Order: sequence, then structure tokens, then C-alpha cells
Amino acid sequence: MKIRVKINGAWREDDVAPRLLLVHYLREVAGLTGTHIGCETSICGACTVLVGGQAVKSCTMFAVQADGAEITTIEGLAKDGQLHPLQQGFWEEHGLQCGFCTPGMILSAHQLLARNPHPTREEIRKGLEGNLCRCTGYQHIVKAVEYAAKASGK
Amino acid sequence: MPKCKYDWPEAGDRGLIGESIDRVDGAVKSSGRARYSYDVHPSGMLYARMLTCPYAHAKITSMDTSAAEKLPGVKAVLVIQPVGSEIQWAGDEIVAVATTSEAAADDALRLIKVEYDQLPFLVNEEDLSKAGDRAKPSAEQKSGDPDTAFKDPDAVISEGYYGAQVITHCCLETHGSMADWRPDGKLKTWSSTQSVSDLPGQIGEGLRLQKVDIQNSDIETVCQYIGGGFGSKFSPDRWGIVVAQLSKQTGKPVRLMLERDQDLEVAGARPSYYGKVRVAGKKDGTITGWDSDTWGTGGMGPSGNPPVPYVLEGIPNQLKKHTRVNTNIGPSRAWRAPNHPQAAILTMCALDDLADKLGMDPIELLKKNIDFAPEILRQAYVEELDKAAELAEWKKYWHPRGDKTPGHLKRGLGVSIHTWGGRGHASTCLIAIHPDGSVDVKLGSQDLGTGTRTVIAITVAQTLGLPVDGVNVMIGDSAYPKSGASGGSTTVGGVSGSTRRGAIDARDQLFAVVAPALGVEPTQLESVNGRIQVTGDPSKSLSWKQACAKLGVKTIEAQGKNPGQCKLGDSGVGGAQIADVTVDTETGLVKINRMVAAQDCGLIIDMKTAESQVYGALTMGVTYSLFEEKVMDDQTGIMLNPNMEFYKLAGIGDIGELVVHMMTGPGYDERGVIGLGEPPVISPGAAICNAVTNAIGVRVPTIPITPEKVLAALAKGGMA
Repeated sequence: MKIRVKINGAWREDDVAPRLLLVHYLREVAGLTGTHIGCETSICGACTVLVGGQAVKSCTMFAVQADGAEITTIEGLAKDGQLHPLQQGFWEEHGLQCGFCTPGMILSAHQLLARNPHPTREEIRKGLEGNLCRCTGYQHIVKAVEYAAKASGK
Repeated sequence: MPKCKYDWPEAGDRGLIGESIDRVDGAVKSSGRARYSYDVHPSGMLYARMLTCPYAHAKITSMDTSAAEKLPGVKAVLVIQPVGSEIQWAGDEIVAVATTSEAAADDALRLIKVEYDQLPFLVNEEDLSKAGDRAKPSAEQKSGDPDTAFKDPDAVISEGYYGAQVITHCCLETHGSMADWRPDGKLKTWSSTQSVSDLPGQIGEGLRLQKVDIQNSDIETVCQYIGGGFGSKFSPDRWGIVVAQLSKQTGKPVRLMLERDQDLEVAGARPSYYGKVRVAGKKDGTITGWDSDTWGTGGMGPSGNPPVPYVLEGIPNQLKKHTRVNTNIGPSRAWRAPNHPQAAILTMCALDDLADKLGMDPIELLKKNIDFAPEILRQAYVEELDKAAELAEWKKYWHPRGDKTPGHLKRGLGVSIHTWGGRGHASTCLIAIHPDGSVDVKLGSQDLGTGTRTVIAITVAQTLGLPVDGVNVMIGDSAYPKSGASGGSTTVGGVSGSTRRGAIDARDQLFAVVAPALGVEPTQLESVNGRIQVTGDPSKSLSWKQACAKLGVKTIEAQGKNPGQCKLGDSGVGGAQIADVTVDTETGLVKINRMVAAQDCGLIIDMKTAESQVYGALTMGVTYSLFEEKVMDDQTGIMLNPNMEFYKLAGIGDIGELVVHMMTGPGYDERGVIGLGEPPVISPGAAICNAVTNAIGVRVPTIPITPEKVLAALAKGGMA
């Protein structure tokens, strides 16, 4: 099936199998490997991307369901060579170790801050419940999101 | 001046070393540009998948792959275990296919017909009475006179049953690799591995066992980024050999990453340990005897014995028996601090019960008996226990067993101490200083995410007097100088040792070139703040770039090695942890309020990455204490929860507040660099078990401490 999607600001058209998952489309067809696959069953959140501004676990969706949509992956978050405050926050506040969960974590946090620009620590924890991390201990992820909230508020 | 040429700088003169420095790979990871093995995708790449055995113990009686071979998109079918093979666990690999798409691989696997004769199996070992001849006494040790110690009429004796389950590693990136066997006969693999330098030799050996001819020198392994290892990714595994065979067979690059269910079934099992433990003590708290009868499983292979009594190894009058149970659960693997978390549970919970029987504060009991710990760590343990107690507000929140306040929410605190080795591994590096002032460091070791790149950059930058970004770190490729695997918390000690020595030698070569221009002897020079200057006299100096320009067209190259001259590191660390929990006696749910860790690891290179290891370890500890378990079904022999919905990891809301304190300064720093990755994951289990007991007044004997177990313990005699 032919689909047309806008990924990180650029439209593209592809002929895809109906059973192709969005995450496989992004990684294997569009070559955007910053979106990772962790659990394959919509638990870990490593594959989270933004579809029409909404955080979506891209293993829960078929590529054909994204026809006509605007998608932002981790590769599309930095603008003009400047890291997004969330990316800067995850770096400076040490919200990552192996980095595998990081892209999904950042995009979930992106939606969280879009809905609530100044979340409390409790709200950050609530907002990121759908993303798992095996390395960092999470505490610095909370700090990274606080950093971004502060930086974006300036 | 340091006493030995390569020594770490003295306190006050360490510059970057020990500061909180941002990791050098933060931007590449937070922007999605870090390429993991799973991300490498050359054009024409094929996808490989494996058909696995659905039975825990079986013999293959027939196999038909013909329909799969005829399916469009199938480029190769490789029988891994032929008819007649005896399979010892469900999930073991039988046939692999390489296809043009992942979907085609799934279709192909469905067309392969394999028949089995099922054989008897055992997959659960906690109830030893059901193990039959699968239980094999494997060790018995006696010291002193335990009989007399336990018969002493004045002795206070506590007795209990404790245990830790089989868990998996559940790395977010599954196991696997991408292999490219090129027409020139050379094989390159992008492998998710903790052992880059050693992998080509292991892959070569595995291929030759399959009668595939290749020399180790024709194999290169790369691992730039890895999504977790935790001890489960040292070997290429069977799938690492299969993927190379498939690449050779098809003439195409082939990717074979395990799917999550396979990964949980076969690619990681931490051995279980259960045990009946008796401890004897005097009324003043002095421990006088230890008696343990333990058992556990590491699958069909050996799993070692739990090192009990843990930390307080010098307890007199010991009797220890251990029984190994062979089970069809899949092979065991090293799991972050192998055997130590289980030994901590067997020991620290037993000591906590003794303290209760004696009416003593468990911290006082540990301190009273600290002379049974290795001498080098005794002082550290006392300081760490005091520090942890202060940070956890022990005096305010700890109480004798059982929270007597009204209501269904009971709060409790528990303590544990731990130890680990962590001596730096063998590491070789190459340091190059170029005429344009750029500096390259190359070595084969990998960065598991712990911060290896950052530690190398800091070490070399500080030695050469440069900023961290003045050093180009190139690691994770077997083409670089051989440097150890990341296991046993040995990487930071290994790579800091080799790069410190290499950087000093490279710097001295540069001093020799520059000295005539400054009209002094090379020994009078120092490299600080981006300059080469006469020691203590910035007026006689050259900028780093000016100095390097004096090299003309020649690049300086120096090799660094660990171990080597001068003592840059050591072995043996300690740590104390306190868990603060609230237990809901109506639902059985355990909530972590706070986890406190006081940890030593010698000289710290980067405080930020060091602390981060402890934060991460605490969470991993909460996870195995409360949630994780490889649940095996007695009826079918299969794993019931090979997915991340039911193989639970702690989420961001489950971990409470984490408080980390690194022990530094005199008594710690002068020991040099010691590894840290594993030790802080040891104590959480025991500390949480003891905290739950402190809260509800009755022990939940085994982890994971599920609501069901809490309610069962309360029903038997708690305070519900």
C-alpha cells in the first residue's frame, strides 16, 4: 500500500506491506534508527515517537495507519544544530547511561511538557510511567525533565 | 611530586579527576545518532530468525525444512541442531533462516516441521524434595567446631529460611549481531557485546567447530554502543556463529537479533540460591557460629556456591553445605556481581534475625562483628554504616521489629553491607599526539553506558593538561589495541591504568621535542591548562598547539598498558545500604520510600558517572527484590513470562528516593582506581528484605517480595 508521511519536516512516499509496523517502517525503510525496539509488545516505550504531536509507541501502530500524518522522531528534535532542551537536559543531568531508552524517554517527556510545561516531580514520574530504563535509576531522568522545563520557560 | 612516574596526581592537584563531568557521549545518545548493533543496516542486508524448541527436554525425531526453502524471500536455511539432538531447555535454537524481510522470516519459520520425543524435565528447584536425582551435593566445608558453638547453653541461636529466585538480565537491547562475510574472505561483525577484543577469537573458534574455515585475524568485531549487558553478553553465543554462517552462505550481510521472548528464555539466568541458615551469637552480639544448608540452580551447568557467610567471612565455627540442582531452565549467566546479591540475602537476613533475637540494632550487630570482615575494609564499613544511617535518618525511623503505629501502612528500615573486587583488567592502548595538536586514544574495550569513554577522555586530558574535548576517544573495535572485557567491574581500572601510562609516555616524548625551544631539560616541563611550560613558570611556555607544531610531520605514538609500573589501582571495595519501605498490610504491596547507599571505590575519576552507577544499581536492586522472576511452569516446562508485561521491571514510579554518597578522601583515594559497576547492586535485596521484616514484624523469606508472599507471611504470624 502506498503511504505518504511527513517525517521530521520532510514528506516521503513509500509502498509498504499492510502488516508493517510503524517502528519497522521508520527504522528499516526510512533509515531512522534512533527509534529503538526494546520489548516488541508496547511495554517499554523505547520506540516512542510523536505522531501529530502525540507520543505513540510506534510498535503499536501499523505504518499504513500513519498515512498522511506528521511524525517526529528523535532525529528531528534538534533544530539548526541546537539540541532541544530535553536532549540537553538528558545529557547534563545524566539522564542516560546506555542510551537505548533515551529517545523514547525524551519524546514521552516532550508530550508531558507540551501538556504541562511546569510539572512537579510527581507529575514527571506519572507522565513517564510508560517508559522503562534498565540503567540510570530514573532519578536523573526526573532531573533532566525538570532541566528542560526550566530551560523552556526562559 | 608523585613517588612513581605514572602515579595519579596528589590531592589538590588532580584537576579534572574526581570532578562531576558530563559524559562525552551524551549528545550523540540524546539525539538518536548513537548506532547500536541493531541499527547497522547495509544495503542488501538479510534478516535472520531462529526456530526454537518448545519443550524443556526433548529429542528431535524428524525435521522437514523443504517448504521453507521454497518460500519466496528465503535465502538460506541452516539446521543448527539436527535430528537426534537432545535439547535441554525450551527456547533452544534448532533451525535458522535468512530472508529478505522480517515478515518473510516469520513465515519461513512457520513452514518448518520439527517433531520431538519429550523427555522428563525439572524447572523448579525451591522445593528440594521434588528434585530427586537432579539434586547433587556439590560442596561441604567445615571450620572450627560448629557443633560445640551451637550447643553452647549461653549461645543465642537464630534460625531461618531465605532465598533468591532465578532472574534474567532483560537488557533493553536484546542479544545479537550483524555479520558481513565479504568476498575477500574477511568477516566483520557488529555485535552487542561486553567483550569486543575477545570476540573475534571466540567467533573463529565457534566457526571452526562448525567446519567453517576462517582465521581469527580475518575477523573484526565492532561495538560502539550497546543497550545493556549486565554480564549476559560476553560470548558470541550460538546465534553469533549462526549469523556468520548465514552471511557466508548467502554472500550478504545478515542481522540476527533475538526477539524479546527468546532473550528472556535463553539469554540470561541468574542462579537461584535458597538456604536454611543458623547463626549463633553471644548475648553481647559477638557471632560465634554459622551453619548453612543451601541449594540452587544454574540450569544444567555449575553455578558455583554462594559465598557465605558474606562479608563477615571470618566468623568462627562454620559448617556449610551446598547442593546444586540441575534444571531445564536454560543456561545460567553472570549477572552483575555474580552470586553476591544472593549471598547477601542469605547472610544479612540471617544476621538481622539474630539481631532481633538479641534485641540489638542490626547496625550495631554488624559493627560489633566487623573484625570478621577483611581487614582492609573494616574501617570503611564502619564509616559507611554511619554515613548510611545518617542519610537514612536511621535513629529517627528504625524501630524494633514490627511498626506498632495504628493503621494498615507499616514503615520499616533494613540494612546490608557488601563487597566486591574490581581490580582493573589487562588493557593496552595507543595514544597519538598529532602535529596539529589533536590527540587520539585507541583501545578495544567497549563502553556499556557506564562512562568508559568519558573516563578515558578525563584521564588523558588531565595527564596532558587539556580540556576533556581535546581528546578523541576511539574504542569498541577489535582492530584497536587489545583491551579487556567489561566484566567484574574491571573496565575503569583497566582503561584508566593503560591510558594514564600511555599518556605520560606520549607527553614525555613531546617534552623531549619541546624542551630545547624553551631552553630547559625535558624533566623541567609540565603540561597544564593547555600549555607546555617550565614547571611553575607560565612565562616560559608554549601553547599546546605551538608545542605540537614542533613535531613537524611526525606524530607521537605511545603504547600504554595495564597492569604496569606504579600502583594505579587496587581490588576490594565495600558499601553499606539502607532501605526504607512502607508495606500495606491490606494489599501486601511494598513501596520503596528511600534507598540510601554509601559506597567506596578508591580514587574516583568522574564523580558523575560513578554516582550514576550507584543510582542505577539501586533501581536494579529494587527491581529484583520486588518484581523480577523467571517463572517456570511445572506442567509444561516453559517460561510463563517471556515478555516485559509479565517479566516486570521497576518503572519510574516504583523506586522512591535514591540517596547516594561516595566515600572519598584520605583512606580511599590513595588506593587508586577500583571498579564500581557491580558492588552497589548487591545489597538492595537484603536491605529491602530486612526493611519489610522491620515494618511488618515477620519475615518474607524469599525475593521477589510479592504482595502474595507478604500476605502469606502476615497470615502466618505478622501484625495484620
